[in-house]
Amino acid sequence: MADFRLNINGKVLPVRADGQESLLSVLRNRLEMTGTKYGCGEGECGACTVLLEGKPRRSCRVSIGSVAHSRITTIEGLEHDGKLNPVQQAFLEEEALQCGYCTSGMIVSATALLREHPQPSEKQIVEFMNGNICRCGTYPRIIVAIQRASKSTAEGSRA
Amino acid sequence: MKELTELEAPGLREQLHWFELDRRDFLKLCGGGLLVCLASRPALAQRRREGHELPKEISAWLSIDANGKVTVFTGKIETGQNVRTSLAQQVAEELRVPFNSITMVMGDTDLTPWDAGTFGSRTTPTMGPELRNMAASARDLLAQEAARTWNADAKALTVADGRVTNPKTGKSLTFGEITRGQKLTGAVESEPALTPATEWKIAGTSVPKADGRDFVTGKHKYPSDIVRPEMQFGKVLRPSGFHATLVSVDTSAAEKMPGVKVVRDGDFIGVTAPDLLTAERALAKIQAKWNVPPQISNAELFQYIRSHPEQDGDTQRNQSAPAQSSNVNADVKLDQHYTVQYIAHAPLEPRAAVAEWQDGKLNVWTGTQRPFAVRDQLATAFRIPSSKVRVRMPDMGGAYGGKHTGECAVEAARLAKGAGKPVRLVWTREEEFTWAYFRPAGWIEIRSGVNRDGKLAFWEFHNYNSGGAGIETPYDVPNPITQFHPTEEPLRQGSYRALAATANHFARESHMDELAHALNMDPLEFRLKNLSDDRMRAVFQAAADRFGWGREKSTPQRAFGIAGGTDKGGRVATCVELSVDPSDHRIHLLRVVQAWESGAVVNPNGLRNQMMGAVTMAIGGALFEAIQFKDGRILNPHFSQYRVPRFSDSPKIEIVLVDRKDLPSAGAGEIGVVGLAPAIGNAFFAATGTRLRDMPMTAGG
Ligand code: FES
Ligand code: FES
Repeated sequence: MADFRLNINGKVLPVRADGQESLLSVLRNRLEMTGTKYGCGEGECGACTVLLEGKPRRSCRVSIGSVAHSRITTIEGLEHDGKLNPVQQAFLEEEALQCGYCTSGMIVSATALLREHPQPSEKQIVEFMNGNICRCGTYPRIIVAIQRASKSTAEGSRA
Repeated sequence: MKELTELEAPGLREQLHWFELDRRDFLKLCGGGLLVCLASRPALAQRRREGHELPKEISAWLSIDANGKVTVFTGKIETGQNVRTSLAQQVAEELRVPFNSITMVMGDTDLTPWDAGTFGSRTTPTMGPELRNMAASARDLLAQEAARTWNADAKALTVADGRVTNPKTGKSLTFGEITRGQKLTGAVESEPALTPATEWKIAGTSVPKADGRDFVTGKHKYPSDIVRPEMQFGKVLRPSGFHATLVSVDTSAAEKMPGVKVVRDGDFIGVTAPDLLTAERALAKIQAKWNVPPQISNAELFQYIRSHPEQDGDTQRNQSAPAQSSNVNADVKLDQHYTVQYIAHAPLEPRAAVAEWQDGKLNVWTGTQRPFAVRDQLATAFRIPSSKVRVRMPDMGGAYGGKHTGECAVEAARLAKGAGKPVRLVWTREEEFTWAYFRPAGWIEIRSGVNRDGKLAFWEFHNYNSGGAGIETPYDVPNPITQFHPTEEPLRQGSYRALAATANHFARESHMDELAHALNMDPLEFRLKNLSDDRMRAVFQAAADRFGWGREKSTPQRAFGIAGGTDKGGRVATCVELSVDPSDHRIHLLRVVQAWESGAVVNPNGLRNQMMGAVTMAIGGALFEAIQFKDGRILNPHFSQYRVPRFSDSPKIEIVLVDRKDLPSAGAGEIGVVGLAPAIGNAFFAATGTRLRDMPMTAGG
C-alpha cells in the first residue's frame, strides 16, 4: 500500500492503495466514482474509458502507480456548472442508449474523438469507437449523436 | 406446445450450486423427492406456486402525495427496454397527470406487488393494462372525492392535468389537495373505462427516457455500483470445469492474508477482503483440485442432441422424427435440416450483487429479471422465510433473458454471512461467459411439399432442444406437424431474448426461401400466396415497400433477402441488402429495413430504439457468435475470442413502425431479433447460389 494523490476532474484526491491496483478499481471501489464501468477488465469493451491527459484510455488496463502524475478525466468530470458537454447533450437528445451501461465509456471516447477530429467522417467515428461495445445495439444512434455533437460544437464556436 | 413455450421461459434445470448444509436440510424437508425436484424443470414448480393473487387495492400500485407527486409500484424491472418510461406514460395518460409527476418504484420485493418477472415481452401486454386499470380507477376515485366535497355529481366533473374541476362552478382541486397524502382507499373490482389509443396524449408519444440525464452523467447506480457501509469485496472459487467435484483444497495461504476471510460451505469456496485486488490475490492463493467428468464438445453437439431425448420426456417427444407427412402428394418436396449454436447473452454489466445481513434480515441489491424469484431462491438457500429477504433491482446494464436466476445474489449472501459484513460480488467477464447459462443450441428438421401453383401442401417441423417459441408456422398449410423435442442439455441453458423463436424462424424462413426458389417464384410473392394473416401481410408489404423489394435482381455485389415472422403478439418483416466478397465469401451487411407491428405503439422513439437494437444484436447470432466448449470448459470466454457486434458490423438500419391503434399493445423487446438471420441467409443464396443452414453463418465471420 502506498499513498497517491490523484488528479481527477480537476481535483486532487488522496488515495491509499497498492500501486498495482487498476485505475478502474480505484475509481469505483475506493473513490466511489462509479460512473466508470467494468465490462471485461481486459481492455476489450471500452466501458471503463477515461481520459488521461485528454487521451482515451481503458482504465481497467492502467495501474494507479503509472498515473500518479497524470490529469485524469472521468464521465463525472464532463459536466460543467450543471451544463452537459455537447456529447452528453447529444446522447440525451438522440436517446442513444438503452440500458446505458456502455454510455459513460461511449461518451468519454466520443469526447476524445471530437477533440482530435472536430468534424469526423462516419468512417472515422466507426474506427475510433470500434473498441467500445454496446450490447444493446445502439451503434447507429451513437453515430448520429456524435455527428450532432460535432455540429453543435461547430455552431457553438462560430457563435 | 403452448406449455413448453412458457416452460422454457424462466426455467433452468440446474442450480449452479447448493450449499452442503442446505442440501441436507432440503432432503429432510422433501424426503426422497429431492432428486425429482432437481431433475424436473423448476419452472413447473414455479408455476404451481404462482397462486399469487395480485392486489386489488389501488394503494398497492400507486400513491399520490400532498403535492400531487405520484408513485407507482411494479415488480417489473428496467434493463434498457424502456418500460420505466412506457409504463409511466400509460399511468400518466389514465390518471391525467403530467408525465414528470410520476416516479416508478420497480422490482423491490418489499415495496412492489409480487411479480413473476420481466420476460416473455409480458410487461406491455399485462403490466400496462394492470397499471392503466389502477390509474383509471384512481382517477374515478379522486373525482368522487371531489364530488363529495362539493356535493356535486362526479360524472359532471372533468379531470385533467392532475386536478379535478367542476365546469359549472369553476372550482377545482389538485389531486394532492384531495388525497392530502392519504392512502387511496378503493379497490378495483370491475374494469374501468380505459382511454382508447386514438385519444392518447402522453402514451403513444416519444416521451424521453426517464432519468436520462443520470445515464449520460454516470450518476445512475447500477447493481454493481451499490456501496454499503463497511462493504467487503467477494470472489468465488470456480471449479476447473462443469459438474466438477472437489478433490482437495488448501486455503491456508489465503487465510493468512490480513483482512481476508475465507468462506467455505461444501463445494462452495469464496473469499472476502476490504478491497478487490486483495480478494483477487487471496483467491489466487487457494490451491484446489477438481475432478471434472468427461463431457461433450462442439464437435459432437448435434449428434448428442439428436440421440439424447429428455429422460423424463413423455412418449410423444420421441427421439427420432419419423417422416409422418411423406405420403402427402406435392409437386416439389424438400427435406432439410438447420442448426443453431449455443450463444451467450454477454450483458455489458455482468451479474452483480451486494448482500447485507441485518438483524436476521437479508438485504440484496442485484441485477435480475426476476427479483421475487431471487428472493425465494435466497430464502430457500438460507432456510429463512421469504419475508426475511428483501431484493432490490436497480435498473441494470442489460439482461436479454440472461438474468433470470440469482446465483450471484446467493453467492454474495453466503459470503456476507461468512464475513459478517456487507459484500459486493461482481462476476468477471470470464465468469459471466462460463457460469451463466446459454441460449440453447438446436437441430431443426423440416419436411415440406409445395405445388406448382405456389401453395404449401404439407409442412412438418421438428425442433430438438432449442425450444418451442415461435415454432408454429404462420403460413396456411393443411394439418401441419410441429414438434419440439426436449433433449438432455449438453450445457446449462435457459432463456434468451425471443427464446427459440430465432432458431425456429431461421429454419422456417430459410426453408420458405428454398421452396420459392425451387418454384422459381419471388420469395415475397411466395410468402404472400400462403399467408392469410393480415397483420403479417401488412408488415411484409411495409418492409418491402420501404426497401424497394423486387426492383433489382440480386448480384454478389448487391444481394437482397427477405424474412418475417410472428410471436408474442408482434409481427416482423426484415429485408437486407448485402455484398459477398468474391475471394473469401465474407458477408458485408449494407442495409436493413425492418417493419414491425405490435398493436398500439406506446412510445415510438423507444420502440424504434428497441428494434434497432434487436437487429444489431441479431447480427452476432446470425454471423459469428458461438460458444466453443470442450470437456466441461468454455474455450472462448472473452470478448477477444467471442465476437459480439461492434460499430463496424452495423449496417444502415431503417425501422418502419406499423401503429395499430385499434389493437392492444404487445411487447416488443424480443421478436425484433428473429428476421435478420434468415434474411441474410436468403440474400446470400441470391448472391451465390449457396444455402447457409447453420447459425452462425460463419461465412461472414
Ligand atoms: S472494462 Fe476495461 S475495456 Fe472492458
Ligand atoms: S445501452 Fe446497453 S450496452 Fe449500450
